[in-house]
Amino acid sequence: MTLEVKNLHKNFDGKEVLKGIDFEVRDGDVVAVLGPSGSGKTTILRCINFLEKADDGKLIFDGESFNLAKISKKDKKRLRMKTSFVFQNYNLFLNKTVLQNVTLGLTAARKISRQEAEAKAIAMLEKVGMADRLDAYPSQLSGGQQQRVAIARALATDPEIIYFDEPTSALDPELIGEVLAVMRQLAEDGMTMIVVTHEMNFARNVSNRIIFMENGNIIETGSSKEFFENPKKERSREFVRSITADRTAD
Amino acid sequence: MDGRLWSILLESFPKILMAGIKVTIPLTVISFVLALFISVVVAMIQYADVPVLKHICRFYIWLIRGTPMLVQLFVVFYGLPGVGISLEAFPAAILVLAFNEGAYMAESVRGALESVPVGQLEAGECVGLSYFQIMYRIVLPQAFRVAFPALSNSLISMVKGTSLVTTVTITEMLQTAKIINSRYYQPMGLYCEVALVYLMFCSVLTLLQRVVEKKLNSYGGRSK
Repeated sequence: MTLEVKNLHKNFDGKEVLKGIDFEVRDGDVVAVLGPSGSGKTTILRCINFLEKADDGKLIFDGESFNLAKISKKDKKRLRMKTSFVFQNYNLFLNKTVLQNVTLGLTAARKISRQEAEAKAIAMLEKVGMADRLDAYPSQLSGGQQQRVAIARALATDPEIIYFDEPTSALDPELIGEVLAVMRQLAEDGMTMIVVTHEMNFARNVSNRIIFMENGNIIETGSSKEFFENPKKERSREFVRSITADRTAD
Repeated sequence: MDGRLWSILLESFPKILMAGIKVTIPLTVISFVLALFISVVVAMIQYADVPVLKHICRFYIWLIRGTPMLVQLFVVFYGLPGVGISLEAFPAAILVLAFNEGAYMAESVRGALESVPVGQLEAGECVGLSYFQIMYRIVLPQAFRVAFPALSNSLISMVKGTSLVTTVTITEMLQTAKIINSRYYQPMGLYCEVALVYLMFCSVLTLLQRVVEKKLNSYGGRSK
């Protein structure tokens, strides 16, 4: 798969939160989007998955071009069939069990038979270590468990790319590891991912590329190794210095 | 209390109860089902922000909530024939009961719909569900659980509201008691007896509410 975003603009009530974003994702890439809070990282993901309507911009998905400011219902649905989204606060369907959460996108949206959907769902839940809680409701699970179910739900539909919106930011520190371990496994399996995150270990060790943002602009993009060891821009150097100073124990 | 009163009450109890079973209960059940339908449609139109229709819905709620049900009943049963629309007493009563309680229930349902976190809809969109599927499978079931206590209130209030239809010639429980009273003149005893039967009906509903609520709670407390 390939994905390209061109000239993405977004305003919220006159405040410009994305000021012309361009980037590219290639098959198998794990792109970490970094930057201070309020820099527009989450808004990028929400715009390219049409949860937020962009003011301007183009998305080129597998060579096919879409207008991010104006897209038909049909194209939106077609693109969403090829993508998955993992939310910061999980957003599991509260009235559905773990198993139903994963099968719903298969049976209802993709018209896959129930047996086939359940077999697929159980396989995905095994992958994230949640196959022993099939009949539990989201409210009966910890945050880390809910997020792992959400990842299984995202995987079950065989997406070409998964967007992760700060998947560990709502978790207690001791639960972050279990979610990151699952994501690391996905990366090793070759899943293409864009991950908005504050987890520098993940960005450094799992992702292969970095997009560093500030104030609605992309300041620097490059390989993770390069970004952390030899950032090109002054602002990036500052950022890397500040986080490594914070986290010398890592 | 003298033996005569007791024998009157004992004799009238089955008559009042029968009026309840034959009139009050069917009247309530039919009106409530209709009211539920009206309320869900009216609430969903507002929730989905449908132009023009949402204004009609607000007008309906404003009109119904701003006028007494007894007056509505009189307009429909005694007033409409004057403009060429004559309804039998029973359908007229159903119409008024349903549209009256439907307006209140529509507000309960709308509030419940709006209480469903927006993330639930977004997650539905992201797994590829259509708007209809999101409403039917995610939002409505969650909203129903929130609206349930308020809807139970409406049902109970409707049971008691049926006593107003005595005024449009329907012989329900209160009217039955009135007829018996006109013969024996025991208003205290007879009307308390009617109250007791209402209390019985509503107690059953309260118990039912508790059972259903327990069932609805099976998926636990609300999560973030």
